[in-house]
Amino acid sequence: MFDGFLDDLKRMNKRQFLYQVLSFGMIVSSALMIWKGLMVFTGSESPIVVVLSGSMEPAFHRGDLLFLTNYEEEPVRVGEIVVFKIEGRDIPIVHRVLKLHEKNNGTIKFLTKGDNNSVDDRGLYAPGQQWLEKSDMVGRARGFLPYVGMVTILMNEYPKVKFAVLACLGLYVLVHRE
Amino acid sequence: MHSLLSRGNSVLAYTLSVLVTLTFACFLSTILVDYRTGTEMKTLKIEVKNLPEYGVILWDKIILRGENANLRLKNMRTKYYFWDDGNGLRGNKNVTLTLSYNIIPNVGRLPIVGAIGSHTFSFPSEYTR
Repeated sequence: MFDGFLDDLKRMNKRQFLYQVLSFGMIVSSALMIWKGLMVFTGSESPIVVVLSGSMEPAFHRGDLLFLTNYEEEPVRVGEIVVFKIEGRDIPIVHRVLKLHEKNNGTIKFLTKGDNNSVDDRGLYAPGQQWLEKSDMVGRARGFLPYVGMVTILMNEYPKVKFAVLACLGLYVLVHRE
Repeated sequence: MHSLLSRGNSVLAYTLSVLVTLTFACFLSTILVDYRTGTEMKTLKIEVKNLPEYGVILWDKIILRGENANLRLKNMRTKYYFWDDGNGLRGNKNVTLTLSYNIIPNVGRLPIVGAIGSHTFSFPSEYTR
């Protein structure tokens, strides 16, 4: 009778374990779905970015979170805050559009500047690059949430923290029983 | 059941969810705000359609919360070069100066608001000294 009980518990544990693995997979895949869904709805390849530099102070500080949209039909305007990528740099830059010229065929070129920088961004662009084009743009800032991105900055600067947090979360989800 | 850890956990979770809810409410509250002053929209919209969108920032200023936002400026010089990439400025009969401001809230939408009123002038067709 006791043996049967142990056996039962063992089997239950196995199922329970599988169940936990499945729910862990659910969490991961729904996070991915939300991210990809946001990409579809905003038209931006990276709908949420973390501000990594102080070049837009006092508007944005390090660790602030920005929501981006990148709709084709909405034209870029001077004064808007855009996020763009430069060839040879993997970190996107958040700066304000200073000058914008549109040609008759609809193509635009623009120059940006950080609010906290005294000069425009030509020095940041790829060598020889004078203007940004629409293809360089990741999106334009539409929403603002302070401080929240500090978590990702912490995790990126101290990879050990990231692994510790991930391990704790994974272990918790796998072991914890309702 | 009522260990220090579980109590700490629930306090933390509760605090977090309250903060998230409040922040979200603040975010929502910025969506419908109309920051324009007055409603003289008819005279404001002097947009010429089917023309390329050109824009150059000539001057800007950052006003922090609590600072004097009632600006009275005279004989200002441009802060940035008034340059066109091309030759669209000389002899241009429709150069319009407008003021717009970008509001950065504590949390929420980042609106760009056009101020009411503008000034249109034309550039001479010859360079002067």
